This record gives sequence, structure tokens and C-alpha cells, in this order.
Amino acid sequence: MSARIGVVTFPGTQDDTDALRAVALVGAEPVSLWHRDADLHGVDAVVLPGGFSYGDYLRCGAIARFSPVMESVIAGAREGLPVLGICNGFQILCESHLLPGAMLRNNGLLFINRDLTLRVGSTSTAWTSDYEVGQEIVIPIKNVDGRFTADQRTLDELEAEGRVVVRYAQNPNGSDRDIAGIANAAGNVVGLMPHPEHAIEELTGPYPGPATDGLAFFTSVLKKLVSA
Amino acid sequence: MARVVVEVMLKPEILDPQGQAVLRALPRLGFAGVGEVRQGKRFEVDLDGPADEAALAKVREMAETLLANTVIEEFTVYAAEAVATGQTV
Repeated sequence: MSARIGVVTFPGTQDDTDALRAVALVGAEPVSLWHRDADLHGVDAVVLPGGFSYGDYLRCGAIARFSPVMESVIAGAREGLPVLGICNGFQILCESHLLPGAMLRNNGLLFINRDLTLRVGSTSTAWTSDYEVGQEIVIPIKNVDGRFTADQRTLDELEAEGRVVVRYAQNPNGSDRDIAGIANAAGNVVGLMPHPEHAIEELTGPYPGPATDGLAFFTSVLKKLVSA
Repeated sequence: MARVVVEVMLKPEILDPQGQAVLRALPRLGFAGVGEVRQGKRFEVDLDGPADEAALAKVREMAETLLANTVIEEFTVYAAEAVATGQTV
């Protein structure tokens, strides 16, 4: 039996369909999860997709963090459940304190929608084992609140522990130390602002390519789940 | 019924590009002599009961839990009627 990977839909989520598609494309069974349902329906991993959950009211991810489904996701993550937060999902993971730091308005105040080159910093997470350290990948970003920040001690800790998962080759928004994505200490929880689920097929991925650099996030976790 | 105000501001060391954008717009509108603008949020919380110390403690907990993200923001809590006398709680 293949691994079941859940994708949460909050009111205002936009990229749940793309995330479900990415899950299916690598051969896992996609499972839709609903924000008001605390039951994770036995999934082996969870993706918190991008969008504007609860209209980004108060702060991005601040309301979603207290939804019934997140109580289960947080409890599961603490037990080792692989969780990937993409864009708004990353913001929710920070608001949940599953990941350190927070996201602020982009330095230039612009909504940035662009394919970017990222450098992989860690392959010891549940979601990045199919990459190589130092590998350059092209993944799009699309956000206005994407400037990652944390205090110096936290940033030092993230770097010392190899928890910076991806960095921007060219910093688009003023994120501290060019950080685009990070992991928790155990490596099962990963959050990033770029959208790997938008870089999974030749037709719709970054043009002129490489178009499918995001796939390895999903193949990585599948490999981990199948071998477990 | 009593009103309690929660003001949330980005921590001083955090760059506030929105405040900067407002600052840059001011001279064009003829407002001179402004050194810095920082943008924050104000919440007005109307309580069923009085704004006594216990209630204020509850609102502080509310601010800590939801209204502010203390990773990047700081907050002050005070009863609305204290404004006239300039007191903060």
C-alpha cells in the first residue's frame, strides 16, 4: 500500500489542488483534509499549502494556527509526522511554533511572483533527501509577506544545526541570511516560502526550465514513508 | 462594560517597510520634519465586566496568545479610560 499524504484546505487556501496533484504525481495517495476536522484520517504526512488562510486576517497564518486540524497536525509533528508548509503553510508553522522565526512584509513592499534559484542547504530532512547539498534548483515564489526573520541566536542555531533547508541565490525580499526555508531539529517539519508544488511538470513548471525541480520534495517524503 | 486597548507594534529592531513608505509619502504632501514613522495595530476589546487587574491579565494573555506574535512584535495593554489621565497599565 502506498503512503497517504494529506493536504489541508483552510478558507482562503489556494494551492491545495496543486499540492494534491504533486502528491499523486509521485505515486502517493492524496488525501484532502479540512480545517474544521481534527481527524487526520490516518495520513502518513501532511502538506500545509499556500494561499491566504482566513484572509490573512490579523497576521498570515495566525488564525489558521488555532484551527481544529492544526491541533492534530501540531500534536503529530511533535511525534515525528512529516509536515511540509509551503508559503502560507510556512507562515502557519511559524505561528504554531513548530518552526522558529516569523514572516514579515517584503522589503520592497511588492508582491513578488517569479521563478527563483535556490540552493539546497540540508538533505537530512524528511522532505529533501532526494536533493544534494549545494544543489541549485529553480522554484517559483509568489508572496508579499515572505521576509523570514528570527533573532540572531536563533539564526546562528539554525545554521549551526544545518537546519537551513534552502537559501535564495539572490535574496528577493530581505529575508535574514537569504533563508527561504528551514526545518525543525528533528527534520520532520519543513517550511519554505517558494512553491515546489508549482515546479512538478514540464507544461506548468518554471519556463524555460528546469521545470520539475520541486518534485524531489514529494519523492523524498514518499521514499521515507515507504521505507519506514 | 469596559474597554481595554491592546496596541501591537513591530519590535524596534525590526524593519517596517510600510512605515517607511508612509514616511516617504509625507514630504510630497507637504508634511515636513518627520524623522520616522512606524505602523502598528490597535485592538479595542470590550469586556462584559470591569477592566480590573484580573481582566487586564486575561487580555494580556489574549495578546500574548493571539493578538501579537512576540517573535516580531511587542504589545501594551491598558484600560481605555486610563487614556485621559495618561496612565498605562
